[in-house]
Amino acid sequence: MTNAIAAPSRRATQPKADIGLTTAEKRHARRELWRHRLRALALVAPLLVFLTFAFLAPIGTMLFRSVHNPGVSQLVPLTLEELAEWDGQGLPSDAARTAFALELRSLFTERRSGRLGEEINRVMPGASSAIQSSGRRLAALDAAEVSGNGAALLSGINATWSEPRIWRALDEAGRTFTDRNFLTALDLERGPDGKIRQRESARIYIDLYTKTLRMALIITLLTMALGYPLAFFLSRLRPGRANLLMIFVLLPFWTSLLVRTTAWIALLQTNGVINSTLMRLGVIEQPLTLLYTQFSTILAMTHILLPFMVLPLYAVMRGIDPSYMRAAMSMGARPLRAWWSVYLPASLPGVSAGAMLVFIISVGYYITPALVGGTDGQMISNLIAFHMTESNNWGLAAALGTLLLALILLIYFIFDRLVGASNIKLG
Amino acid sequence: MRIARHLWAAAALTALTLPAAGQNLTVVSFGGAYGAAQREHMIDPFMAETGVNILFEDYSGGVAEMKAQVEAGNILWDVVDIEAIDLERACAEGLLEVIPRDILPAGADGTAALQDFYPDALANECGVGVIFWSTIFATHKDRFPNGGPQTIADLWNLTDFPGERALRRRPQVNLEWALIADGVPKEQVYEVLATPEGQDRAFASLDKIRANVVWFDSWSQAPVLLNDGGAAVVQSANGRIFAVIQEQNLPFEMLFDGQIFDLDVLSILKGSKNIELAHKFISYATGTKPLAGMQDVAYGPTRQSSNALIDPAVVPFLPSSHLDIGLRADGVFWADYGEALGERFNQWLLQ
Repeated sequence: MTNAIAAPSRRATQPKADIGLTTAEKRHARRELWRHRLRALALVAPLLVFLTFAFLAPIGTMLFRSVHNPGVSQLVPLTLEELAEWDGQGLPSDAARTAFALELRSLFTERRSGRLGEEINRVMPGASSAIQSSGRRLAALDAAEVSGNGAALLSGINATWSEPRIWRALDEAGRTFTDRNFLTALDLERGPDGKIRQRESARIYIDLYTKTLRMALIITLLTMALGYPLAFFLSRLRPGRANLLMIFVLLPFWTSLLVRTTAWIALLQTNGVINSTLMRLGVIEQPLTLLYTQFSTILAMTHILLPFMVLPLYAVMRGIDPSYMRAAMSMGARPLRAWWSVYLPASLPGVSAGAMLVFIISVGYYITPALVGGTDGQMISNLIAFHMTESNNWGLAAALGTLLLALILLIYFIFDRLVGASNIKLG
Repeated sequence: MRIARHLWAAAALTALTLPAAGQNLTVVSFGGAYGAAQREHMIDPFMAETGVNILFEDYSGGVAEMKAQVEAGNILWDVVDIEAIDLERACAEGLLEVIPRDILPAGADGTAALQDFYPDALANECGVGVIFWSTIFATHKDRFPNGGPQTIADLWNLTDFPGERALRRRPQVNLEWALIADGVPKEQVYEVLATPEGQDRAFASLDKIRANVVWFDSWSQAPVLLNDGGAAVVQSANGRIFAVIQEQNLPFEMLFDGQIFDLDVLSILKGSKNIELAHKFISYATGTKPLAGMQDVAYGPTRQSSNALIDPAVVPFLPSSHLDIGLRADGVFWADYGEALGERFNQWLLQ
């Protein structure tokens, strides 16, 4: 109905196509078209608004925060202006150091020197207390004295100010746009000569990414090994019984994640159900260390993510006509051969969908590794949380998160090339 | 009828959770046995006396949540209980209000507030000290029938005192203890830890017990691990162990050797809309009597006048009774090296 009206109205906008509609009719038709479009927009608007505010905006801010670092350049703008002329060798000019002394003095009195200390400390550990104590001493002097003789005063207060490296740190931290967070997230850093090199201090993130991917892969394979036969079995049952058994797959799926994770703690802990049973049976003498290991993380996550594998598999398998297998066998294929060349290819879209779901969810998993992972079961998400909540290095957390997002997109891209996204089927 | 009642309940709940309108104050602390003692001695009496409604919430420490609220300009908390180790940083970053000292009342014995408080309790202008607490270690007596570890050196001695050690997963305290166990005098611990060689030495020392360490994340796990056999020795805040010994009479022993003591302070979040009320609460809660109430969880008072109200039976369990074998946590050191050592600690854990 609407289409019928919409079509002539579009033509009506062209001058030559006069098919005998009156102006009033044309206006009416145009209005009708608009109403139609508005209705469509109104239907998707809640989702659009939700996605923009809950998804696109936060992710955009996060991506931006990893490279955008305005803190220091807002705190000591004049110093950075002066430092721009410095070649990075020896000490910067007296003017630059005096400008810094003045700015530090006023930051301290405004109680903002802590921000500066935190930012510089990130580039040069130990700088924070030098900045705080110098700020305190400078604030006790009057402004005229500091502006006259700031450079010498700084060096007199704390020997750190006579070292070029703290000025380099200041210069480095003062860049509004920086690749520092990404370099750190890749275990790299910029040397004094400005060249990128392996990080000298802690190198953890590459290892952690590799480990996260390895664990996600193991979990995916395990859920596949457990889920495939189960889904196969369920799909061959009468619908009534299959639905009943499906409840057993769905029930844990509906149970709170925390409850299921905590249940594993009760099972695995030193005096937990598994250890005490094994000890009573005389299988072991000393309780095994099961909890707080990589093993417990993989075990609990396999259990938690299993439904994500079973559900798409089941949906796809239900759609495979059992007569295909019978046909293959009637032509002389053994059951295994028939399964291999007929059933498996037909169920592959379900396997892809399940694997993709489980893999992507487990790469970014946080709560289970945090609760049962101990130390060697930690994944990259736990370190991101560490930088968000404990070290307060949001820029680095953002860079780590961005890399994780890029990694997942890359994996999806490779997967798409190998399997084809169109081959992913949820049912 | 029933639906109407539900609606009323929902409306009442909404009204309660709406931003403080008038006489509402949000106070945030650490919960557990400590939170219960604060509720009993500070929150409830204050509400009864003034008619102010206090929303008493829990958090797990750190400055991240405060930073998020201040940066977003959406201040939900008024008064926060902060570990002194985080106070330095939170105050210098402008996350907290300065608390004028003239709001603090004189002690019950008439001593002026500035003389009555221990100097450490008022060292930072953004906070007023509320407890002295310490990180200690505790043992399960059943696991050591011939006497358990008594010193930090014993804690590192796996041959004479076998068993799992549960430590909190963070560099703080563990690196200090690692150096003490390696023979560094406690007065020099932070000096040594500020050098690269000292840091190497601390991690090398931690390596020695590494295979026998169970790591945990929250103080509430400490007594649980000790009780269910997850560890023979745990690191803990002294009050947590004291509380379970008192309430459940468990065979735990508290050891104060190498205790790292620190303060908790009450602070006001920058931009709080109830500053006057917050001042009123802080001056009440840091009075002689409420402070003495913290003895329920063996945390020491920050006023000298409160000492008269402490039960002599509790005195041996207070951190202040063992200052000679302890060490004051260095907030300035951890503000400088917390992040760098935290990163290295994480790397060490993952090796």
